[in-house]
Amino acid sequence: MSEAKKRIPVVDYLVLEGDPHLVAQACTSCGALFFDRRNACARCGKVEFERKALATTGTVRSFTIVHRAAPNVPVPYVSSVIELDGGGVVKGNIVDAGSDAEKFELGMKVRLTTFACGLDEEGTEAVAFGFTPV
Amino acid sequence: MAGDAWIIGASMTKFGRYPDKDSIDLASEAALAAMDDAGATIHDIQILAAGSLMEASNMLGQRLQKQIGQTGIPVYNVANACATGATAVRTGIMAIKAGEADMALAVGVEQMGKMGLLGSAGQARSAPKGFEPSGRYGSVMSVEGVLGTQLMPGVFAQAGMDYASRHDGVGFEQFAKVAEKNHAHSALNPLAQYRKVFSLEEVMEAAMVAYPNTLLMCCPTGDGAASVVLCSDAKLKTLDPDVRRRAVKISASVLTSDPYVESDTAQPDVSTLTKRAAATAYEQAGVSPQDLDLVELHDCFATAELIHYENLQLCEPGGAGDFIDRRGPWRDGAIPVNVSGGLISKGHPIGATGVANLYEVATHLRGEAGDRQIEGARVGLTHVIGLGSACGVHVLERAAS
Ligand SMILES: [Zn+2]
Repeated sequence: MSEAKKRIPVVDYLVLEGDPHLVAQACTSCGALFFDRRNACARCGKVEFERKALATTGTVRSFTIVHRAAPNVPVPYVSSVIELDGGGVVKGNIVDAGSDAEKFELGMKVRLTTFACGLDEEGTEAVAFGFTPV
Repeated sequence: MAGDAWIIGASMTKFGRYPDKDSIDLASEAALAAMDDAGATIHDIQILAAGSLMEASNMLGQRLQKQIGQTGIPVYNVANACATGATAVRTGIMAIKAGEADMALAVGVEQMGKMGLLGSAGQARSAPKGFEPSGRYGSVMSVEGVLGTQLMPGVFAQAGMDYASRHDGVGFEQFAKVAEKNHAHSALNPLAQYRKVFSLEEVMEAAMVAYPNTLLMCCPTGDGAASVVLCSDAKLKTLDPDVRRRAVKISASVLTSDPYVESDTAQPDVSTLTKRAAATAYEQAGVSPQDLDLVELHDCFATAELIHYENLQLCEPGGAGDFIDRRGPWRDGAIPVNVSGGLISKGHPIGATGVANLYEVATHLRGEAGDRQIEGARVGLTHVIGLGSACGVHVLERAAS
């Protein structure tokens, strides 16, 4: 039996199967979106949610280029706040685009991508998401 | 409902580094000086509110009492991120307004040492035995730096760039001008941690921390304490004429948390709760932003100060870049902002900050601010924000006669 390399999403709101994408918990009452485990809705207080797949394209609402970081985090890197098309706001790195401030435009279009971000002793690879300019 | 609450005593230690003192030493120094300033003793105080982000869970207030007077009064130990000090003051104000006390002591203190800009957030990462999803996001490892940054310099950088994305005329240079101003202001303040003037070029060319914030655009860590003595209308009438003459009226005291916004999923919102707190405070006090003679606002990073110009209605909507470009917030401008030097240069011992800004404004309203006095100051506003989020706004007015 050939064994494919085992992969695990770095957070549970990243889906790796098929076209990688993010999935939110959508409040069935008001539509508010959340990425974390929920007790109730922060917007309306109701308690029912459904899984909603989010778009893999969006726009850069904000960014920073981090030059001083926690130990073991390679610098510089670009952290950004992305507004996904069709709803959902998420934080992630802009990857494969350098770290020159002039190259980044607020409002620029980006697309979700994935990258390996760690390996455990059993050889399982952790996979994160980031965004690349379209 | 009782009438107004008043500040009758105020003090702060010089902010800086005190390796030979502890939080209790600093809090004692500030509290004793504030009571002395009010012509009061610990026996006059009926409630103590003690704020410290790192010591509030460790009976800070009671440990303070064991140094300055154990009188058996109620003590509230308070923590609310960077709004801790303002929350302690407001605790005293609420007790006075509720009629439970006619004199209150509020103290804010922090002993941070040289913990570094990033605090304890940076944990070393080693290969785990087996990835196991945990926590509310089912994460298998620390995602700091992997899924963007959630550390303060980056969060406030992104808050500033979010504003820049919506408004013209805001960029690296405008943010840098904020820090240029606050460093210049601090040169006049003997209580500031740093008092060095830097040119705009020096600010922009300093080491980059999280674009657009360079090292000179970030507040330092440090140690310090501040304290105020508060009293009721009725109590004030019974006090010495000299205490009454120097009394400062608290015309508004507001605390807010961040209401739901869609972008909460990316990072905490620092603007909506500030806008709400300011609007409520202006209404409570019956003053408009144009009436303000000075403002001490929460410039933990230069990017934060710029967006609070708009959040506190100090400029036209969308006009924060223009406001700093035309030197509106300089000490000789339309509305002087952070004439103390602000968090960026006066320093930011977390729990002390929201009390120290009341000390600063009250000192100007009393006409006792020395070289940095804003002449004829009658009305001032203080603002702090703690990420997560908590916002405290107070409006202070000089006594009528
Ligand atoms: Zn809802």
